[in-house]
Amino acid sequence: MTTDTRPLHQRLGMTDDEHDSVLGLLGRNPRPAELAMYSVMWSEHCSYKSSRAHLRRFPTEAPWVVVGPGENAGVVDIGDGWLAALRIESHNHPSFVEPYQGAATGVGGILRDVFTMGARPIALWDQIRFGPLDDSRNRYLFKGVVSGIAGYGNAVGVPTVGGEIEFDPCYSGNPLVNVMCLGILRREQLVLGTAGPPNTVAVLLGRATGRDGIGGASVLASASFDDESQEKRPSVQVGDPFEEKKLIEACLELYERGLVEGVQDLGAAGLSCATSEPAGRAGVGLDVDLDAVHVRETGMTAPELLMSESQERMMAFVPPHLVDDVLAIATRWEIDSAVVGTVRAGATLTVSHGGEIVAEVPAASLADDAPIYDRPMRRPDWLDALWVTPPRNLDGDPADVLVRLIDDPALGSTAWVHEQYDHMLFLNTVVGPGSDGSLIRIRGTEKGLAVSTDGNGRLCQLDPRGGSSRLVYEAALNVAVTGARPLAVVDNLNFGNPEKPEVMWQFKESVEGISAACEALGIPVVGGNVSFYNETDGIDIHPTPVVGLLGLADPMPGTPPRLSRAEEGMEIWEIGPEPTGNLSGSAAQRVMNGELTGKPTSPDPDAARRVVALAADLAHRVPVLHDISDGGLAIAVAEMCIASQIGAAITESENGRLFSEDPHRLIVVMKPGAIDLPRDFSRKVGTVGGDAIHLGGSDPVEIQALTETFESAIPRRMAG
Amino acid sequence: MSTAVVVFPGTNCERDVVHALNSLGGDAEVVWHRETDLSAFNGVVLPGGFAHGDYLRTGAIARFSPVMVEVERMAAEGLPVLGICNGFQVLCEAGLLPGALIANRDLTFICRFVDLEVVDNQSILTRSAEVGQRIRIPLNSYEGNWVDPGKIGRIVLRYVDDPNGSQQGAAAVANDRGNVVGVMPHPERGVDEVLGSVDGRILLEGFLHSLVPA
Repeated sequence: MTTDTRPLHQRLGMTDDEHDSVLGLLGRNPRPAELAMYSVMWSEHCSYKSSRAHLRRFPTEAPWVVVGPGENAGVVDIGDGWLAALRIESHNHPSFVEPYQGAATGVGGILRDVFTMGARPIALWDQIRFGPLDDSRNRYLFKGVVSGIAGYGNAVGVPTVGGEIEFDPCYSGNPLVNVMCLGILRREQLVLGTAGPPNTVAVLLGRATGRDGIGGASVLASASFDDESQEKRPSVQVGDPFEEKKLIEACLELYERGLVEGVQDLGAAGLSCATSEPAGRAGVGLDVDLDAVHVRETGMTAPELLMSESQERMMAFVPPHLVDDVLAIATRWEIDSAVVGTVRAGATLTVSHGGEIVAEVPAASLADDAPIYDRPMRRPDWLDALWVTPPRNLDGDPADVLVRLIDDPALGSTAWVHEQYDHMLFLNTVVGPGSDGSLIRIRGTEKGLAVSTDGNGRLCQLDPRGGSSRLVYEAALNVAVTGARPLAVVDNLNFGNPEKPEVMWQFKESVEGISAACEALGIPVVGGNVSFYNETDGIDIHPTPVVGLLGLADPMPGTPPRLSRAEEGMEIWEIGPEPTGNLSGSAAQRVMNGELTGKPTSPDPDAARRVVALAADLAHRVPVLHDISDGGLAIAVAEMCIASQIGAAITESENGRLFSEDPHRLIVVMKPGAIDLPRDFSRKVGTVGGDAIHLGGSDPVEIQALTETFESAIPRRMAG
Repeated sequence: MSTAVVVFPGTNCERDVVHALNSLGGDAEVVWHRETDLSAFNGVVLPGGFAHGDYLRTGAIARFSPVMVEVERMAAEGLPVLGICNGFQVLCEAGLLPGALIANRDLTFICRFVDLEVVDNQSILTRSAEVGQRIRIPLNSYEGNWVDPGKIGRIVLRYVDDPNGSQQGAAAVANDRGNVVGVMPHPERGVDEVLGSVDGRILLEGFLHSLVPA
């Protein structure tokens, strides 16, 4: 441990200017506990101070939006009295420092965001990105993160039904671990993060508070990495899924019985956030007694109690006459509870510890008065050089390219990952992992909720605006192939150091791209998360926005399309715009030529709308409907052939045409003449049959051998 | 005739089991692990999950839950007692079934469909199936590897391709009378065609047929 002689605010991760703002706000020198609270609440992670100005660009309104951005989770109306709650979060920095607990507590945190709204969490999706698996450190991180997600998600009892995996050298020093959660609730059970009127009682539920995760939001999540990052291990929280499971059930019972005014989870910034935000939202004051907080360590100071990010805790705001009922429910579910505060008229958050007042600040100032930075932006000067360098041609036989691609860990089978996750609990997973989008049925209704999560750092590195739009369109197409229509988006914006103008430019472009695509599809952004400072030793990651898109299938297709439903004699059609053969940013360019150059094909909003509508309709009528994305047409066909264990003959033979990832396309497989497809928007590309894939006149690729390659792409590398 | 589906803190498959049994004409409801009177029920299921967090040995704490006194009584009276996944582990810990469940051979959690073969149909779980019949339902466990040093367990279902190292490929084990059965894969996950299999029905129907008036 090094001795740090800097002033307290600097050690807490605050700049001198920010310290001056607090001074101006309070009109006096802040006490240590007050500084602690401002340091975590005004951290980049909690305050979005670098991104807020840009996030206002997102379209956030639609008639079906019940709760938009700013609450713990977005909520949309899905009809017949049902609401869906959704949220996405990152746990990138903790996962790099301690992969198992970092990923596990990411799952725990996102669940609390969703059940805080009154919803029962019904499914999780994980988007994880690492450096190449030939490096043992990356294998260690990959294995640890997957184990952490499995260990927490399986035990807490919420199925992990999908997600995505990407490998790229830019994530070697900085893996990305994002997680999305979906919950459902009846309209009357909706709860908000509000403190309620004066005399409402604040009850802290769940795990005892300890010294874990202190400064997680400020010194860990809002700073870049260097050689000393491993010393930040104590800033990583430790999860307990068993406590969370009991907490979920207890909270759902509180909501069902109407015992709370509001609820706020304790995540980043811990008690500081769970007291100031609800009071700020309700426009009231709050007295908090830190001596009443149940702790698992002795001698904790007020700043430590206020900053701790101990997991599995919730703050319930309860009318005084119902407090005994709430405490009784906590006892029944075998969770700890403590009455820690009372809502007061006024607007002051007053915190006492050891019989003394240790903080006395305007409650709303912690959340609302955080600085907003209009950081300088500059288009990177290297971008033009990349754009004028078209991808080299793919040399070689298409059959060889196909086998090389299917052996890539990002394109091969994800079974090594998703078989470690319980993806079937609750008996709702109609379309699960290894498909384009997931489809979750809502029992007792005809409805199905579809979710797709999509990111593509390489595409966004080459074109942050167009690439980000394409993510939204791809996610929309992925939910459409399950029969759903797009409803709402949440996004997780993973970027480098915002103090670099090039990174801020990428960020602004990406927000613009997501916004434009959402507007074209007529869907709102209902929540999101920003993760900056994804850089190590000065190297930033590719801009990696991840889009989580919710769709509603009502009714759900009786027999949804599946990759495994192709049969001998069926025809393979490609729907969408005629592809250009552009390989810029594609998996083929990466795997075969090891480069990242050129300008990817720009999205076309009209084509996007048309193909999404067509897919949502066809999903009720065809056996196989599959998005063409990573690896292009050839990989889309190969995935279907592997799932159905049958061959196919594709007439195309040109590599650009076979492996281009031009957007807004999908394959339809059906009996000859089964459905008339629009002639100007579709073309027959082959037929199903035999036991090998034929790409034009190239050598056949036997399905059995291809399947083995596909299935071993990840395991054989992890064995190394 | 009704079935109690026991919920320990950390259990998570209880509602799936109730749904599956009731969709087959059963009358199942959840009961809390502190319940001390199950006399109103004709059978009991210990469902899957992570009872008491499984931080010690799986099932090691659950076996001391108050409800287990009643589960032991029902087992002794010959009433149907079924443990699924974590419930199987609890029954072994309670001594109602022989052997124990340890970590999977490859030390990873396994969630996927597995093929099973009925090797003994003299049990509450397998009585409606034929010996030799193949059944495909999902497995979902980390500690699913059954070991029985005394080799006294009656194996009623066996994995076709053993995924976890279980002794003799055992997927389900019964006591001598056949009224207490532990099964590691999840029959309740195999009752709806749209979820990929209905092979679990024949097992749960066997359980329901075993319920007799109290």
